[in-house]
Amino acid sequence: MLYLDNAATTPMRPEAAEAMRDFTDFGNPNGLHAVSRAAKNAIEAARERAAELIGAAHPSEIVFTGGGTESDNLAIVGSVLAELGNVVVGATEHKAVLESAAFCLRLGAQVDITLDVAAAVDEHTRVVSLMLVNNETGQVLPVAEVARKVKKTNPDTLVHTDAVQALLSEAVNVHELGVDLLSLSAHKFGGPKGVGLLYVKNGVELEPVLRGGGQEMGRRSGTQNPMGIAGMVAAMEATVAGRAAFRNRVGAIRDSFELAVSERISGLAVTAAGSRTPQHSHVRLPNTLSETTLILMDQAGLCAAAGSACQSGAIEVSHVLEAMGWGKEAAGEAVRFSFGWQSEPGDASTAAAIVADVWERARL
Amino acid sequence: MNGLVPEQGKALAPGQGKALVAMSGGVDSSVAAALMLEQGWEVIGVTLKQWQNPDGSLPTAGCCTVGDAEDARRVAAQLGVDYYVLDYVDEFRQAVVEPWGQAYLAGLTPNPCVECNRAVRFDALLDRMEMLGCDVLVTGHHARVVRDETGYHLLRGRDPEKDQSYVLHMLGQNQLARVKLPIGEMTKADVRAEAAALGLRTAGKAESMEICFVGKGNYRDFLQQHFPEARRPGAIVNTAGEKLGEHDGTARFTIGQRRGTGVAMGERAYVVDIQPATSTVVLGRKEDLLAGACEIDQVTFVAGHPPARADVEVKIRYRSKPVPATIAGDGAEWLVRFSEPQAAVAPGQVAVFYDGNEVLGGGVIRRAE
Repeated sequence: MLYLDNAATTPMRPEAAEAMRDFTDFGNPNGLHAVSRAAKNAIEAARERAAELIGAAHPSEIVFTGGGTESDNLAIVGSVLAELGNVVVGATEHKAVLESAAFCLRLGAQVDITLDVAAAVDEHTRVVSLMLVNNETGQVLPVAEVARKVKKTNPDTLVHTDAVQALLSEAVNVHELGVDLLSLSAHKFGGPKGVGLLYVKNGVELEPVLRGGGQEMGRRSGTQNPMGIAGMVAAMEATVAGRAAFRNRVGAIRDSFELAVSERISGLAVTAAGSRTPQHSHVRLPNTLSETTLILMDQAGLCAAAGSACQSGAIEVSHVLEAMGWGKEAAGEAVRFSFGWQSEPGDASTAAAIVADVWERARL
Repeated sequence: MNGLVPEQGKALAPGQGKALVAMSGGVDSSVAAALMLEQGWEVIGVTLKQWQNPDGSLPTAGCCTVGDAEDARRVAAQLGVDYYVLDYVDEFRQAVVEPWGQAYLAGLTPNPCVECNRAVRFDALLDRMEMLGCDVLVTGHHARVVRDETGYHLLRGRDPEKDQSYVLHMLGQNQLARVKLPIGEMTKADVRAEAAALGLRTAGKAESMEICFVGKGNYRDFLQQHFPEARRPGAIVNTAGEKLGEHDGTARFTIGQRRGTGVAMGERAYVVDIQPATSTVVLGRKEDLLAGACEIDQVTFVAGHPPARADVEVKIRYRSKPVPATIAGDGAEWLVRFSEPQAAVAPGQVAVFYDGNEVLGGGVIRRAE
């Protein structure tokens, strides 16, 4: 079995698994006694490290959440709940952002979904959201540049970035990016599922989306997940420390995969080739339907993905490719291979052979 | 048969080939998958996603719901077979839902299951079956395929109450050669017992009687919602042409319908004719519904050619008893003459020819006379 769907989720890094295995502080971090205190101390130590790793000015700017989707909801819906204003989001954003924006319509906000977010900002814009790396194509978006433009047009507009796909290979520094809000999800970089964080710049007002006991300084109620948080921050630490090596090593594997595939498949088109992460390979397999090629690859032991899966598990033509102007046929040919920290050099030729064989069988 | 299904893996009795099993999430197709495994086939399970509401949401009632796909997925996992959901939303809308709505608008009474089998299950999915490297397509229909020196034959299912051969009449030799219907030999009670013995969660699942894309709602509401032309009002008249009342769209009516006309005629009144050109609904007495013959088109024969004898039995609705008739015609257009007049021969419904337990073929009723 060869796993090339690391953009969907990653296997746990040993550092994260170890941190969790050794984690014994079962206490509720919000109590007063010694057992609670130990758990609280553990998450606060993790908060400090997380803040440092993304360049936050202070640990209190880190809100631990239940994952990327929750972070995106809190960033966008929370901004608009705190102060009603309009929402501008990128057309290729993750559904967690798009659906949060759509929900803001019901709160009375106007919502712009556009490929040029900076141009859509005006004096009524409350929050802008632009992802740092597109989950499907791997394209790296100019968040820092857009943030500068947004602030120039309206300094009060909050800038959010969904950096869920970015941490593995891209520099994620909130100061350099110039953002007010930034989402991360542990399982995308070798941490456990069900835990993430939202960076909230000091002074930014958010109304909570999850209400209750007022944990996380009132910004996210619900007992925290200390073991998950410990695992996430251990994975973050390892990811950031190994990022340069990851870029070189995994980028080389990805490149030799694409070279090997293109030797067998004439007309193989690589999308977002200009500016993309080293781990994504989003390609068009000419004259195929991804629903068929993915099943054949799975049957051959290669795990890859396409578009977005609907609730039932069927493959749908993704809104990302639609927004990029792709027709249904072209979008139907697209398949995403995403390499990860565990990828080995030999994976490139193994995967390329399977992809080429499948392509020959599945050509329409 | 207990215990023959492996908990994990597909290592059992190799050599039969690879079967693509269409799993709806119901008990019949669950057991069909299990039987193929027991017979030594390698199995891949698929569920067809056929319909989503215009806002992209999925139906929550009726068949083809998210819950049904989850049931099918769980059964596949229990059987240790790979499972996928295939997107046939576009094909289904184009080949089934659109023609179904247009047929109602044209005053017909269509059967969407027949069109789904014709265009989606046993056409598009058969092509897909080959592309996925499988040898046969398997469904949970209660019907049987047998082969002798003259070719493949389509027979009624063993359980007369559950026989579904009617909706498979369009299958020809080319399809039957690549199709297996393993539960056709079983009664529904056997199927449920087998599912229970295997511990499948679908063992006691209720059957869906609804049109899958309509779900638990009323199909007439669905029509008016999705085909706005279905709201064209018109007159309700008697067979003499006298106006009895008004209606808000002919799609609410079907030939033979008695209730819901909103008109009192002093005696039991039935819908005997629907005239879409003028949006007129004609009510009459039961005798007015009788037809001695009907013209049918889109006729196909399972054998690839008409039967030697013109004397057959004909079923004119899914739930009706077969009646003796003679058939005459050629190509795709035939005339069916009933041995005695039949009530409510509804254009748009399917007439299927039988010789005892064997399906000979059939077509779509165009006109009753």
